Amino acid sequence: MNAATSAEPSVDWRDDIFDVLQAHDIRQVCHVPDAGHARLIEHCQRSNAMRTIALTTEEEGIAIAAGAWLGGQRAVLLMQSSGVGNTINLLGLAKTLRFPFLTLITMRGDWGEFNSWQYPMGQGTPKVLEAMGVLLYSVDNAAEVRATVDAATRAAFNGGQAVAVLLRQKLIGIKDFGNKKA
Amino acid sequence: MSGATLQRRPLVKQILVGADDNLLVIAGLGSSNWDVTEAGDRTLNMPLWGGMGAPVGMGLGLALAQPAKRVLVITGDGDMLMSLGSLATVAAQQPDNLAIMVLDNEKFGETGNQATHTSPRNNGPTDSGAGTDLALIAKGCGIADAATVREASDVPQLLRHLRTKPGPVFRVVKVMVEKLEFVMPPQDGAHLKDRFRQALLGHP
Ligand SMILES: Cc1ncc(C[n+]2csc(CCOP(=O)(O)OP(=O)(O)O)c2C)c(N)n1
Repeated sequence: MNAATSAEPSVDWRDDIFDVLQAHDIRQVCHVPDAGHARLIEHCQRSNAMRTIALTTEEEGIAIAAGAWLGGQRAVLLMQSSGVGNTINLLGLAKTLRFPFLTLITMRGDWGEFNSWQYPMGQGTPKVLEAMGVLLYSVDNAAEVRATVDAATRAAFNGGQAVAVLLRQKLIGIKDFGNKKA
Repeated sequence: MSGATLQRRPLVKQILVGADDNLLVIAGLGSSNWDVTEAGDRTLNMPLWGGMGAPVGMGLGLALAQPAKRVLVITGDGDMLMSLGSLATVAAQQPDNLAIMVLDNEKFGETGNQATHTSPRNNGPTDSGAGTDLALIAKGCGIADAATVREASDVPQLLRHLRTKPGPVFRVVKVMVEKLEFVMPPQDGAHLKDRFRQALLGHP
């Protein structure tokens, strides 16, 4: 657990997340890619201890995480906020089966978003998760990412909860295609 | 009508005969759950009462976590149609210990026998079927070992393939539309999960 408790923030918060996932023995990393998760996904792909699983839709990640837990392994689901909408019914499995579930969500439609299409699900994300009984952790400051993901992981796998960490857009940075509207 | 002659209950019983600690079974909601339970309520079954579209993903996560065990997913065509993408995800991971059997009655049986997309196209209402070929979809997704079984004479081979052939193995079995008795396992999901883990891992 040294990686998870070290006080020194490392260079990149995505590397902090990788360290925490590794320290907590996360073995299956399910994802529908998001630019905000790209560096973390690459890290996980290079890890010998982790298996990365690209999904066709985010709800597969919930089913896989449930199956992994049945088989004695820990999984995590990496997705962007728009993906949360694809998971809703299967999120119910976390409550019904009461299995530990961890998801790390890169937020869009949140802080200075330029793409109007991201707002509805981005703004709906916390409400949907809450409605489904998922605990919310939120982080917008790079220095707090390590401690937040560590606490969320403990709540999930030690406390038996369904937990989401919202990686706020303020943390990730505003995506901008640099285009000017006419 | 598909003209199917296989009956799902005796078929599932035959597939699961002699199931030991090496066989982990996920059953999809509805008829598949009752079929698997009729064959015997085992702790190493995970029969679903909801979570439509989840069985294949669940089987995949389980197969990856338990590479030394055989994982068998048994589910309906309606359930499979809700998670076709998961077949591509399985193909990408190539778990050699995973087998999937779809009991294809060409109906959403549990909800009143409405035609699913696997029903043949005919001149009836526009939602009377599309002739969707699930085995072809699985192949197209990258699961090379995918086939459809219709004949009783093919069942012994089906059993061997599902239980022992290196996977991923995908089989569609065309079965009759029948009205069958509900044979129900415990309903509490947390209990089903805990007893499964207890039997498999020695702790809940
Ligand atoms: C998300 C969701 N949509 C709809 C339903 C209602 N429902 C329950 S069972 C079922 C049909 C299942 O059909 P199939 O998998 O073919 O099973 P079978 O014909 O063997 O009963 C449906 C649509 C549901 N439980 N969940």
